[in-house]
Amino acid sequence: MSDDHVYLSLAEGHDDGDARWAFGTGFEDPLHGVDTTVPDGVDVGELTGRCLALADDALVGAQRLAQWCTRAPELEEEVALANIGLDLLGQARLLYARVGQADGTGRGEDAYAYFRDPGDFRNVRLAELPNGDFAFSTVRLLVLSCWRLAVFGRLATAAEDPVLAAVAAKGVNELAYHRQFAADWTLRLGDGTEESHRRMVAALREVAPYLGELLGAEPGFGIDAESVRDEVTEVLGQVLDAAGLTLPDSGTLAGSGRDGDHTVHLAPLLAELQSVARAHPEATW
Amino acid sequence: MTTTDPAPSGAASSVTTATGPAEPRLQADFDATIARDQRIEPRDWMPDGYRKTLIRQIAQHAHSEIIGMQPEGEWITRAPSLRRKAILFAKVQDEAGHGLYLYSAAETLGADRADLTERLIEGRQKYSSIFNYPTPGFADVGVIGWFVDGAAICNQVPLCRSSYGPYARAMVRICKEESFHQRQGYELLMTMMRGTDAQRAMVQDAVDRWWWPSLMMFGPPDGDSPNSAASMAWKIKRHSNDELRQRFVDMTVPQAEKLGVTLPDPELRWNEERGRHDFGTPDWAELQRVIRGDGPCNSERVARRRTAHEDGAWVRAAATAHAARRAARTVGTEEGTAA
Repeated sequence: MSDDHVYLSLAEGHDDGDARWAFGTGFEDPLHGVDTTVPDGVDVGELTGRCLALADDALVGAQRLAQWCTRAPELEEEVALANIGLDLLGQARLLYARVGQADGTGRGEDAYAYFRDPGDFRNVRLAELPNGDFAFSTVRLLVLSCWRLAVFGRLATAAEDPVLAAVAAKGVNELAYHRQFAADWTLRLGDGTEESHRRMVAALREVAPYLGELLGAEPGFGIDAESVRDEVTEVLGQVLDAAGLTLPDSGTLAGSGRDGDHTVHLAPLLAELQSVARAHPEATW
Repeated sequence: MTTTDPAPSGAASSVTTATGPAEPRLQADFDATIARDQRIEPRDWMPDGYRKTLIRQIAQHAHSEIIGMQPEGEWITRAPSLRRKAILFAKVQDEAGHGLYLYSAAETLGADRADLTERLIEGRQKYSSIFNYPTPGFADVGVIGWFVDGAAICNQVPLCRSSYGPYARAMVRICKEESFHQRQGYELLMTMMRGTDAQRAMVQDAVDRWWWPSLMMFGPPDGDSPNSAASMAWKIKRHSNDELRQRFVDMTVPQAEKLGVTLPDPELRWNEERGRHDFGTPDWAELQRVIRGDGPCNSERVARRRTAHEDGAWVRAAATAHAARRAARTVGTEEGTAA
């Protein structure tokens, strides 16, 4: 490597507005070769509704993971949590873009992320709860990634929309890692010290009431809700059992984030996320 | 980031006195390796002063990467587009990765990551003073990429040829990533300069605030840099602070013109005779203040790191306890099998 080469090329020949020069080569388009016209027979309302809910789960989840940044218990976890956040952010972007194509408005990903109000978001409430301690964030990630992996695994083959199917297929490997990461930490913390075990028990107690919202709703696209429920319950059971933990019995909270009912925590999360974009609505970034 | 700036305290002993009299042959081998421009590797004999200087420099560099996550990390949750959010999140993640490689390189010299972290949060080891400045606007993200990562590249690319193998190899990878960060920062600024008046004003304001602190990243003037001589002789360091600072100025001026911003130095002009730019003198008293701990954000940066470390103590303890229990179980199983 010559001492100055990279630096000197910085200001050269980027007048065409192509921003990719700054980001390397070998870009892989996850939708390469996929026809993006919505096929006949696909219910557009259902498609956009489902995509929006999955995108909102991912965006809100990524925002919470971003809040861990510089606060993780160890550098390896710093890197891992950022990985998971970036995966979810990537999933959200593809799904929002799909909504904009399918609903006929042609709106881009940022229109959905930055210019909708809390009541318009369709994420589950579990995703929006504050991070709490590392035990709570671990249990939440375990539950959300178990469910999302179960759903994406099925969407990859069952979704009548080829774009959603491709997005889901891409996400399966990512989510398998998220689930593994969360399961590994569940094991360490459940079977760690007295304090870590106590914190995990408390975290499970906090998360349990939100399970019903996640598992109760129909995933759509002919996916059997019961098979998703069974998979999630079985995986959670295995992991918790190995960690010496149990899922407490709890009632299910009324209402659902899927219908726009949210906790008090979503509005400030979105206010922060949207602050700069909304302060400069005419700007391009 | 390279951390040439926190010069005072714990200076390396000079090259000539760095070794004990009992090891003349080892010293001669070491000197010959350096003279041949070959690499010193972890198991090679090395003078104590060389080892200490490297641990200090690599640790400061690692700390800088980790503390350096904070000023930009502030903006991940507020980045104004999902694309910028992803770019910034990935960049800050890279810094964590750089910290990891560098702590590992320090460990090849016998240092311990946990101990180095303690030194950082107790204020016994420094990090680059540049990260003690605040980031009040989103344009700061772009200007940090352009100036701070750019200055880091000037400092670090020569370190890819550092005489200590693990450090040099870590720097190859780090420099590749830093150069992407720098391009991404510059690309953000180009985009903002094509945008609204408010965006252009944000960029100029950030340039005004970051220019002088960026020049200080190269450390004190050569005449005032106590560690430099030994580091140059050992080929840990390849160019003087002032030489690197001059290179940075010469490279940045045309980039600023291209971008359409003004660098805030009335003395900055091309010197035909030297074939280089003349520029004003940074406020070295300010640098000393920031290194001493009186910069705008010193206490909050270290406090954040300390809080993360302390809040994570129970997690690390649990992981250690679990690993020990699992190892014991594995041994038990193996013994059972053997019996």
